[in-house]
Amino acid sequence: MADTESLLAEALQAIEDSGDEQSLESLRVRYLGKKGSITALSKTLGQLLPQERPAAGEVINRVKRQVQDAIGLRKQTLVEAALSAQLLQESVDVTLPGRRQNQGGLHPVTITMDRIKAIFESAGYDVAEGPEIEDEYHNFEALNIPEHHPARAMHDTFYINPGTVLRTHTSPVQVRVMENDKPPFRMICPGRVYRCDSDLTHTPMFHQVEGLLIDENVSFADLKGTVVDFLRAYFEEDMDVRFRPSYFPFTEPSAEVDIACVSCAQSGCRICGHTGWLEVMGCGMVHPKVLEMSGIDTGKYNGFAFGMGVERLAMLRYKVGDLRTFFENDLRFLRQFN
Amino acid sequence: MIFSEKWIREWVDPALDTQQLIEQLTMAGLEVDASGPVANAFTGIVVGEVKTVEKHPDADKLSICQVSDGKADFQVVCGAPNVRAGLKVPFATIGAEILTPDSDKVFRIKNAKLRGVESNGMLCSTEELGIADSADGLMELPADAPVGEDIRNYLNLNDTSIELDLTPNRGDCLGIEGLAREIAGLNKMAAKHPQVGVVAATINDTFDIAITARDQCPRYLGRVIRNINPDAETPLWMREKLRRCGLRSIDPVVDVTNFVLIELGQPMHAFDLAKLKGSIDVRLAQEGEKITLLDGKEIALNGNTLVIADDQRAVAMAGIMGGLDTAVTTGTRDVFLECAFFSPLAIAGRARAYGMHTDASHRYERGVDFNLQQKATERATRLLLDIVGGEAGPIIEALGNLPEAKQVTLEYASVARFLGVEIEQSQIREILTGLGFGLTDCSDKGITVSVPSFRFDVEIEADLIEELARVYGYNNVPLGRGFSKQSLKSQPEAVTPLARLKQHLVSLGYQEAITYSFIDPTLSEKVCGSSSEAIVLQNPISSDMSTMRSSILPGLLSTLQYNENRQQERVRLFEAGQVFRAEQDSIKQPAMIAGLISGRKLPDNWSNNKEIYDFFDVKGDIESLLDFSRGGNDFCFQPGSHPSFHSGQCAEVVRSGRLVGYVGALHPGLQRDLGLDSTVFMFELELEAIYPRTMPCATVLSRFPEVSRDLAILINNETPAADILAVVYENAGEYLSSLRIFDVYQGDAIEKGKKSIALGLTWQHPSRTLNDDEINSIIINCIKALEEQFNASLRN
Repeated sequence: MADTESLLAEALQAIEDSGDEQSLESLRVRYLGKKGSITALSKTLGQLLPQERPAAGEVINRVKRQVQDAIGLRKQTLVEAALSAQLLQESVDVTLPGRRQNQGGLHPVTITMDRIKAIFESAGYDVAEGPEIEDEYHNFEALNIPEHHPARAMHDTFYINPGTVLRTHTSPVQVRVMENDKPPFRMICPGRVYRCDSDLTHTPMFHQVEGLLIDENVSFADLKGTVVDFLRAYFEEDMDVRFRPSYFPFTEPSAEVDIACVSCAQSGCRICGHTGWLEVMGCGMVHPKVLEMSGIDTGKYNGFAFGMGVERLAMLRYKVGDLRTFFENDLRFLRQFN
Repeated sequence: MIFSEKWIREWVDPALDTQQLIEQLTMAGLEVDASGPVANAFTGIVVGEVKTVEKHPDADKLSICQVSDGKADFQVVCGAPNVRAGLKVPFATIGAEILTPDSDKVFRIKNAKLRGVESNGMLCSTEELGIADSADGLMELPADAPVGEDIRNYLNLNDTSIELDLTPNRGDCLGIEGLAREIAGLNKMAAKHPQVGVVAATINDTFDIAITARDQCPRYLGRVIRNINPDAETPLWMREKLRRCGLRSIDPVVDVTNFVLIELGQPMHAFDLAKLKGSIDVRLAQEGEKITLLDGKEIALNGNTLVIADDQRAVAMAGIMGGLDTAVTTGTRDVFLECAFFSPLAIAGRARAYGMHTDASHRYERGVDFNLQQKATERATRLLLDIVGGEAGPIIEALGNLPEAKQVTLEYASVARFLGVEIEQSQIREILTGLGFGLTDCSDKGITVSVPSFRFDVEIEADLIEELARVYGYNNVPLGRGFSKQSLKSQPEAVTPLARLKQHLVSLGYQEAITYSFIDPTLSEKVCGSSSEAIVLQNPISSDMSTMRSSILPGLLSTLQYNENRQQERVRLFEAGQVFRAEQDSIKQPAMIAGLISGRKLPDNWSNNKEIYDFFDVKGDIESLLDFSRGGNDFCFQPGSHPSFHSGQCAEVVRSGRLVGYVGALHPGLQRDLGLDSTVFMFELELEAIYPRTMPCATVLSRFPEVSRDLAILINNETPAADILAVVYENAGEYLSSLRIFDVYQGDAIEKGKKSIALGLTWQHPSRTLNDDEINSIIINCIKALEEQFNASLRN
């Protein structure tokens, strides 16, 4: 039995000394394998007297268990140590920047237009688009701006040829929808428009969103409610809004819409020209002649229209000081909106 | 329209201060653009009288004057050339303060010594008072100016010039009278219309007037005035009124016609009677007829232009500008005064067609009161006789076809229906009559009004409702939301929204640009080739913005240049928008999406190998964009050619046989030409062609294992991968679930002129496990087909 105990002591020591899983496995084979030395001990039981066998068997089994346990324990230790070593070795400087493509971004005019669209779409407005090269009829006559009307001078029109223009507003899209469809209508028309004018505060191309609502019993009060709701939704602010009488050939009554200056809270600043008010939109009740020309029964239907300059709203919202930067496309400018 | 507040207040003087008046006008639709004082801010300047003038002993240009302020005499040293004894001048006494508009500093008059001589005050010019931009001497006051009176009172200088930005419908407010009428209406007051009496003729001279163009000229009044004093000067009060309304004084006759223009809104013209031949005819110009205008310009007239002619020639462009030949000059003794009503349609757009715009054309285009001519003629005559003297003949009137008086009916119910607010019936009547409308009929349901002859913008009920809303106050109309009816919209799923495509490019690192739709024709030709399809603007802003883009790429390339010049080395840009092409007789305006990439693949980073973009980067971006269509094999890329692309790196993108765009490298010659540093890869696709999207249709997933095989073949370099794949697809059986190219090799290890292509094939059967024999025979078929078609061989 002394041999058994010394074998055990030797095995335990060897297990303790083993440095990796591989050597541990060979120790298992050496002691507990088919030809292992502890396995061999079991085979000697047969040589003992029958009455000695249970006690000797028990010792051998205990030794086996002890060795097995020691191997298991050692294995766990070694696995843990190996993992710790791996973790240590694989650790990185997590403060270094990641590897990636740069974030791209939408143009601020698109961002603004998308917000405007989202606000109106949430109220059931359709979005309609149309050609940028227009015939004069749809750009002017159908909107009650006959040839030689002084209002045409307000539009500084680009001509492709006599009778064909770059649209000066997106209203012709509304005319086309009215001509081809039946009321009620509820739509907005976003898009590029063109005026032959270029200075500090005008670019020859800019963007508009114009809206049209035609239904039964629509009133100027409804127009006011819609415009005020829109402006407050767009600016996310319950600012004061005022309506000033104005003139557009295609609406009557017509109004310019001013909001309380978002920059100075009406104390007067450069942006509002020290008036406390910012002109942001034009609107009005659709002129009966416009409805008639598009074949709409004015006895039954009426409606309102409104229009806004997208760059103007973007400038106010994002504090852009110079209109022209929108079309320079300087990446350093554009990335500020990503 | 610029007007003097004091002048208006002579007609109507509501209990409003200047700011309140400005606010009221703006909120009534007569927008005030600007306002400002008519003189510098100053105190302590009085009417002074120069008693004596002596030369300064030590300065040639200075004089020593004794000046009275009515109470005492003061010694003042003065450098003005026109100082003389007896002159009445503005006299800034000791302690006077002057504040010029462009400086915050107050200038205070003190005792001073000028070249050793004491000076107690300063004699002032119009410039120092701020009533002229410059002056070359003292302001000479009239001889009857009361010595000692504060000059602000004497010249009525506590006044404001107010500039209105009037909308084209309100021609009636282009005069003091019209504005006064409007302000009176807004304040429920009556305007005091100064009495314009009749100036009796003292001579019998007339001049024959005929109207040939009877529709264009419904009324024409003329009057002969003889023996005017050529040396007369416009009185100060009139010069000041004109100045405060933005007009320069020219000569007494012109000043009087301008005064009536401002006061009554009636344009007038004075001819030199001696230069008119025979009689006046108002007619349309003969095509090409020439006239030299007051401003010296010679113009060849169009046949649609109305002219005033005498027996020999056109002497004025009616309602726009008079001719030079017949103009009043310093030698003029006899005048023919013209006062007409020309119909707005006869004048509208004419001045603009000649690149002109005058105070007269501005008013006639918008409409001048057609009942005003008699009154205006009398007014002008009175003023002329007072200022230049002379004798007036009788007024001669010729009539064409006068406009008919308009009547408009308003139903009370319409007011609430259109405005969404009830206005009392009595208030409706009060507002309209206050604005000059005549009540001609009145019932329970509504009213009929006559439209005054100065309102050209009122024809239908809606026009009256607008007047009501304006005076009632837009801001007194409540906010309504009464129209909403629920309507649910469908969300089409078989098209990809543009916003999704844009957002995808953004996720891929692209920055959206918005470039002008009109571009430089040189750039357009370089990038798109010279083309008869180009659309050119007739009136561009500048020559480098004169051609409508037929592609978005030139604009993006310019943007790339702009950013490269600002040290931006990695650029990924895209833009979506319409492009424009002339095709036969029509103009096509398809919407496109285009992009370009240039520079390194990834931003500068500690772990990067600074690899730069190649063709397959941009192609990969396009493929992922096209994936939105779920079009799969609808799309194919085939070698293409396009003037702006590298001939060896350009693919046509084709969907179901239709060319939808291009992708590839910018032509290196063009790159050099544009001065771009790195290679550029770009694409442009037609949006309509990539929007359509296949609806998802789910299939049952197979529970049986996939089988995969790799196949490496040697094949001629020129054989396109797409052709190889097509052959394999055809021969790989119906259970092929994926086919991909995982390696392409060209190099020393293989025969020259060949390439090795490694294909990965995967099959899966929906209801059973595929066995090796089936797969092997498929592989054999594929190899055989490749051998037969491309002379390919299996690579070992």
